[in-house]
Amino acid sequence: MNTPEPFLGATSHTPVRHHILSVLVENKAGVLARVAGLFARRGFNIYSLAVAPAETKARFSRITIVVDAESAPLEQIVEQLDKLVNVVAISDIAPKDALERELLLATIKTDVDNRTSLLDVVGNYGAAIVDVDAGSVTLMLAGTPAACDELERELESYTTLELHRTGRVALPRLGKAAVAADPD
Amino acid sequence: MGGLFLYLTKRIIVQLTGAQALIKSLEMEGVEVIFGLPGGAILPVYDPLIDSSVRHVLVRHEQGAGHMAEGYALATGRPGVAMVTSGPGATNIVTPIGNAHMDSTPLVVITGQVSSAAIGTDAFQECDITGITMGITKHNFLVKSAHEIPRAVAAAFHIATTGRPGPVLVDVPKDIAQSMMEWWYPASIEELDLPGYHPVVDLDADRVAQAIELIRVAERPVLYVGGGTLKSHASAQLLAFAERTGMPVVTTLMARGAFPDSHAQHLGMPGMHGMYAAVTAIQKCDLLISLGARFDDRVTGKIPAFAPHAKVIHVDIDKAEFNKVRRADVAIRSNVAAVLEAWDANQASPQNLEVWWKEINAWRETYPLVYDEPAVEGLLRPQHVIESIAKAAAPGTIVTSGVGQHQMWASQFWKFEEPGTWINSGGAGTMGFGVPAAIGAKAGRPDRVVWCIDGDGCFQMTAQELVTARSEGIPIKVAILNNAYLGMVRQWQEMFYDERYSEVYLSPDLPDYVKWAESMGCVGLRATNIEEMHAAIATANTINDVPVVIDFRTDSSEKVFPMVAAGASNDDIMVHPLQREQS
Repeated sequence: MNTPEPFLGATSHTPVRHHILSVLVENKAGVLARVAGLFARRGFNIYSLAVAPAETKARFSRITIVVDAESAPLEQIVEQLDKLVNVVAISDIAPKDALERELLLATIKTDVDNRTSLLDVVGNYGAAIVDVDAGSVTLMLAGTPAACDELERELESYTTLELHRTGRVALPRLGKAAVAADPD
Repeated sequence: MGGLFLYLTKRIIVQLTGAQALIKSLEMEGVEVIFGLPGGAILPVYDPLIDSSVRHVLVRHEQGAGHMAEGYALATGRPGVAMVTSGPGATNIVTPIGNAHMDSTPLVVITGQVSSAAIGTDAFQECDITGITMGITKHNFLVKSAHEIPRAVAAAFHIATTGRPGPVLVDVPKDIAQSMMEWWYPASIEELDLPGYHPVVDLDADRVAQAIELIRVAERPVLYVGGGTLKSHASAQLLAFAERTGMPVVTTLMARGAFPDSHAQHLGMPGMHGMYAAVTAIQKCDLLISLGARFDDRVTGKIPAFAPHAKVIHVDIDKAEFNKVRRADVAIRSNVAAVLEAWDANQASPQNLEVWWKEINAWRETYPLVYDEPAVEGLLRPQHVIESIAKAAAPGTIVTSGVGQHQMWASQFWKFEEPGTWINSGGAGTMGFGVPAAIGAKAGRPDRVVWCIDGDGCFQMTAQELVTARSEGIPIKVAILNNAYLGMVRQWQEMFYDERYSEVYLSPDLPDYVKWAESMGCVGLRATNIEEMHAAIATANTINDVPVVIDFRTDSSEKVFPMVAAGASNDDIMVHPLQREQS
């Protein structure tokens, strides 16, 4: 059942003691501010954060937060999050049980000399060219955070005009249910 | 049949403005008094208030409204309600909201907001009060339609009063208050639409049993009683459990009154200015049973050195308190009353505490609470003033305080016998809390005598609320321990900053507290010696129709002892100088 992953890069830049919290929240104005404000005032570090409507679109959103468990005990982070009235459920996905994906967009300066090698890089990483003009191309990679890290390093030998990453989203691998981090 | 069915299910449709719905919602929640001050954005809501049965106390500053609501809540056990306008009205009540958040006091604060269309335009008296208070409320709401007002109010009361209590703010834009809605009121908690709020859980029987085992083998246990014991109305259960097991009890600043001070098993308050026996018993105990306490730094001192030999049973309704400061050996998420009942049902008890009590009693005898002999000539001893007021006070008198030396002395020298009789600002340490909190307490418990033990610095911060007290017929009594200094800061400067007194002198005569009291419609008295002190207290006790303020001239060199210096280990407790040669 498990489809092979397109690329498994070297070690990701993420802190060693990172945890992925998948937080189901009410889809209401200000909820992201409540979550971000909590992290700020309690001194918890966020490594990355992604938010979008969840499967029940109208009512709930899902926030995927990669937290640095060096900055505070994970238990404190989870319990303080759980106190927010708009937070409905929190699951802690251990990195080894997580299917993590991230999207990278980068605009690279091109000329006749480097265009071919850049196309090779795109091909090797399973990335795609999404825009082209006379002096630059914009490429896209949807992959593991590690793959995005690897591609980013590869692109260091080119002139990168702009590079954006979305921050990761994650689901537990099939058969590895996420642990409810806030059992009541 | 069909006609009858139609008749029975026909709803009576009542059209109300959002403002009327707001007031009616407060009535539905059983609110008897609102502390507040009107202004532009909240104007629509003040109109239907005229026709309501709910009492409104018109304050002179919005901070006063918030602290009055807190005093009301702490004296009655019911949520306090305050209502103010947008912008500066709302920001003025931020301090009480923060204070209530730190002390887990149930408050519902209604703020006016500029009209929906004007939000975000920097309109006159606009401020983002839900944003400002996000980190210091248990929750807050910006109401988006008149139809949502009943749900927001009902949810605010539900959230404020369940689980770990706290302040909830409801921000109501002016146009929402003016628009029409079809009256309804949530009939159940489900209708509040709070899918992420689960304040109550079943008691974990395994953990209760694990705790019982720790209690059974304990040889030196201490019951560390915090504010959660008062919040869960567990005083009766605490008394029963303590008496059955014979364990020593300490009550934190937030729990004074949860266990009678006159009880032989009560060692008093722990912490920075705690009783020697209470502090030391915790340091030497082998089992610390925390009942709704949160291991505040003012109790623990240096955390790694706190109760170093103790196993910890931590009972709290808020599971985020577990392992936040001190790792618990057994953590039980529950209200305190339910756990004590479960332990009693299982006859949980240590075997023999005779040796332990022998040690504790030796500490009590060696280091009782003392102060210098009252001076026959010269300035009054603040501790003597408090003891003298207490001695002349009716049983059940409620005491409020500001923050500083006078607060610590009040907690030390007043003997509290029942819940709800000690009202102070613990976690936030808000100067100026005492006078408005006393007014709120007296509004909620008019049958009780309410004394505010205040400092001269604190008094100057919120004294204008005595105008409120006089005009609303709320006769509180205020004792200013006037030492002409910001006393606690002065004490720290004397002890830790080489007696370099930086910006702490206030003057005993400026303002003239007697004239000031009189100008606010209160009786003003002054006491400069012991004779005048007793006379002033006696006079104050005969006045029950207007507020009384007594300016007690006290000795600024008096310091609060015992004391554990900030960040020091509780083992390094400094006793009163009179006791030092013994040690």
